[in-house]
Amino acid sequence: MTAALEPVRFDVEAIRHQFPALHQRVNGKPLVYLDNAASAQVPVAVLDAMDHYYRNDRSNVHRGAHTLSRRATDAFEEVRARVARFIGAADPSEIVYVRGTTEAINLVANTFGRSRLGPGDEVLVSTMEHHSNIVPWQIVCNQVGARVREVPIDDRGQLDLDAYSAMLGPRVKMVALAHVSNALGTVNPAAEIVARAHAHGVPILLDGAQAVAHLDVDVAALGCDFYAFSGHKLYGPNGVGALYGRREHLDAMPPWHGGGEMIRDVSFDGTTFADPPFKFEAGTPDVSGVIGLGAAIDWFTSLDREAARAHERSLLTAATARIAEIDGVRLIGTAARKEAVLSFALGAHHPGDVGTLLDLDGVAVRTGHHCTQPLMRRFGVPGTVRASFALYNTHAEVDAFVGALRRAAHILE
Amino acid sequence: MDAQELVERFEAFDDWSDRYRYVIDLGRQLPDLDDAHKVDANKVLGCQSQVWVVVREATNERVVFDGDSDSSIVKGLIAVLLVLYSGRSPADIVAIDAKPYFEQLGLAGHLSPSRANGFYAMVARIKRLAAERATG
Repeated sequence: MTAALEPVRFDVEAIRHQFPALHQRVNGKPLVYLDNAASAQVPVAVLDAMDHYYRNDRSNVHRGAHTLSRRATDAFEEVRARVARFIGAADPSEIVYVRGTTEAINLVANTFGRSRLGPGDEVLVSTMEHHSNIVPWQIVCNQVGARVREVPIDDRGQLDLDAYSAMLGPRVKMVALAHVSNALGTVNPAAEIVARAHAHGVPILLDGAQAVAHLDVDVAALGCDFYAFSGHKLYGPNGVGALYGRREHLDAMPPWHGGGEMIRDVSFDGTTFADPPFKFEAGTPDVSGVIGLGAAIDWFTSLDREAARAHERSLLTAATARIAEIDGVRLIGTAARKEAVLSFALGAHHPGDVGTLLDLDGVAVRTGHHCTQPLMRRFGVPGTVRASFALYNTHAEVDAFVGALRRAAHILE
Repeated sequence: MDAQELVERFEAFDDWSDRYRYVIDLGRQLPDLDDAHKVDANKVLGCQSQVWVVVREATNERVVFDGDSDSSIVKGLIAVLLVLYSGRSPADIVAIDAKPYFEQLGLAGHLSPSRANGFYAMVARIKRLAAERATG
């Protein structure tokens, strides 16, 4: 006799109440916010933490002898330790605060990348990469006479691992790949990808922007050299993110942005630099952003994340199955392993038209190339319609989305 | 149909999905542009979709335009614009302001800023094409 399976207990309504932005109407209909892969909404805990900083602790960090500065600095550095624990980094000094994943990748490309790349060398990225994980490498490669090469994907939107291995030749000095694709939702086999790069002596950066809110990330277990993510996709504020870099790399990397905070001694005869991570944090940081990021991580890790993930997956599965029943819907990104993202085309209609009509029903999706033009070309589309889920979305919202899509299809036919 | 009639028909609709349906239908009544015309020289920049606007015929008394887009809604907006501008004299086309028309149709508050930018980019192109054909 088997025990009846307990339904997954995850109180979505209680969670939704913590998000002020979700409780509004758009064009007379309740907002159905399905653009979480672009930016997630922010819970009251994060708003309160940032507000508290500005109302009580507002001060510059690292420099002051006074009480407010000490409180701000303690909070700022305590978040660094929290970020390290969140992604499994061994030490807080391996966490560099950045404005977001884009800045993180630019930092690595311009310091670690530039110091290792020479004429004829190669950087491997993939067809599915976000422009922020292509263009920084292109810029540096153009400057040093190296080149960026594209690891192909299959028609389901999965990385071609055989091609990847074949491309890991002696000229490859860097690999930079997405952990989870923002346009397709594909989850790449990160540990395997890292292992293959390391087997060839090649360092690897993983773009974790779409991963940290949907998967457990353990950079020590993955073994990657660098890992980057953004706060605004993790229920945190804009303008803040984190770069994990192995300590031996951060020690060896030359600085990028120069200025206050990242120095030891400054004189006109020469300047010496601070140790990592401070070596890479020039100027006054986004203290309130960091405080907000810390609060977002606190909030997120206080949840039953297994249940949250199961809930998100049930939304994605349901939405995928139901829109596939609509005439003319073509799913784009059908990998065996996906998280949170549902991209599709509706007949030959321009994705912008679909998005505009969905918006009339209060449904917020993203349309266009999603900063992945090479990927769109690979699938032969100008762009897609992308619905992306967060843990506060509901099955009622999936109903609303499917209904709105049916209505849009009817208007466009 | 002239601009005033279009505004009246638009106002008769109760909700925006009906209005968009009407705009899309207007666009579908516009002939498709030949592929030969869908070239960069005829493109309106600043739009999220591809938009082309060309002169079909031009005299000192009237300029007639054709337009196309890979977006059904935008093609409809082209049709809406051509109701206002196509068939008028070059001087009139240059002089007539689309903004009040846009506002009467309720489009001003309803299009996203980037879509509105595309709309105004189309107006600019229409006016520039007309100005090129105006004699001094």
